[in-house]
Amino acid sequence: MSRIMAIFQRELSGYFNTPIAYVFLIIFVMLGGLFTFYIGNLYERGVADLVPYFTYLPWLFLILVPAISMRLWSEERRSGTIELLMTMPISVWQAVIGKWLAGVAFVAVALACTVPLWLTVNYLGSPDNGVIAVSYLGALALASVFLAIGSCMSALTSNQVIAFVLAVSAGFVFVTSGTPIVLDGVRTVLPEAIAAGLASLSVLTHYDGLTRGLIDVPAVVWVISMTAFWLFATTVAVELKKAG
Amino acid sequence: MPDDSFFLKDRMSALLELNSLVKRFQSFTAVNGISLEVPAGEVLGFLGPNGAGKSTTMKMAAGFLTPDGGSAHICGVDVAEQPQQARQNLGYLPEGAPAYGEMSVASFLKFCAKLRELSGAEARDAIAKAVERTELGGVLEQPIETMSKGFKRRVGLAQAILHEPKVLILDEPTDGLDPNQKHHVRQLIRDMSADRAIVISTHILEEVDAVCSRAVIIDRGTIVADGTAADLRKLGPGKGKPSSLEEAFRHVTVPVTAQETPHV
Repeated sequence: MSRIMAIFQRELSGYFNTPIAYVFLIIFVMLGGLFTFYIGNLYERGVADLVPYFTYLPWLFLILVPAISMRLWSEERRSGTIELLMTMPISVWQAVIGKWLAGVAFVAVALACTVPLWLTVNYLGSPDNGVIAVSYLGALALASVFLAIGSCMSALTSNQVIAFVLAVSAGFVFVTSGTPIVLDGVRTVLPEAIAAGLASLSVLTHYDGLTRGLIDVPAVVWVISMTAFWLFATTVAVELKKAG
Repeated sequence: MPDDSFFLKDRMSALLELNSLVKRFQSFTAVNGISLEVPAGEVLGFLGPNGAGKSTTMKMAAGFLTPDGGSAHICGVDVAEQPQQARQNLGYLPEGAPAYGEMSVASFLKFCAKLRELSGAEARDAIAKAVERTELGGVLEQPIETMSKGFKRRVGLAQAILHEPKVLILDEPTDGLDPNQKHHVRQLIRDMSADRAIVISTHILEEVDAVCSRAVIIDRGTIVADGTAADLRKLGPGKGKPSSLEEAFRHVTVPVTAQETPHV
């Protein structure tokens, strides 16, 4: 546990040691505001809630979370520090979890920076704060899944840009697999069961419930199993590719 | 050749043991059956042309690369089977001394101490001692990426000796150092050698005389010479008459191509 914490702390302070963290936080908050007020029409809707914000958040995460995860492993491989790390008395899964947790903590900080939005809707009206709290939790869970996918992509290459593109592409597949466009297309050529299976893997299917304040079992199972699967895949990728 | 009883006795006291290690990269065999035993008190020099398999062998000994054949033991613990236990007793300086560039020397060493599960006062003492031995006291708060090659190498060394390991594997510990720094690092290695097994790889033949109690020459993935500096000198072209180490080195290794002279 103390080794996981050591990795976690180093990785998290690594974000804040560079300007990347602050650039990210500013862009994340600005884009969040843009989606909420302009595209989501918070004022015109006349409803005091954060649905406009959380509706667009998966798309924002799709692009921005890979920017957090891209350096996790590829930077270790590029700089050769992976040789140092992997000859320390630490197992691969400890390092994988420590790094992923650092990413989760960083997203939590980014989400915390959007709390003024929450305060704003409370000033404008009386929103259901329980729903908003669950939505924040859901957003963090969603980011955890994206981070796990991104960390796996980062372990596959020593190039951060490639890691970023791979993570965005993989994330895109999981976001869009639940949209009617994709599902209707699938239904025309494949059996309904496969379409349903595809939909159950999708981000949006589970995330929608969370933004309505609904923590249901399938969503929890989805978050845990997706995260576990991709972190496991990361461990395998690190083992296989560490020397390359 | 030593007889069997000698071998058994030696095996008992060997802190680092390599048994016919093999490593292939696609069709290329980088290391082809290297066996070695390094007892406490020995400083073993790894010599050989570029690409001979020195670093690959060290990476397998440190448990970074998984061998395609054979095994490595550190203090009797199999590196591939129980990596975490084996690495407790290992200090390793990878080739090029990689370190997290954005970290300061102090925070980097603290991070390494945490990974070694040294806590509180124990960690502070260990860091203070390693910093003193590698003379890093003046640059503790400096980011590693802003430092010169020699300082980076010393940071790598400090990290490797932090936990007083029984086995030290140092890949080119003096590469990039100026003569004063080289002298200092050799002194450090000698000081630490008393109850430890130390393996260093080097391109500098004079290092064999300066620090090594024994040296092996590796060429094309196999050991072509093994012995003290005096033993190696006899392997030169002088037919048993001592020649220079460089002559001996050239005599037992094969240049990669006819045009290319060995990098010594």
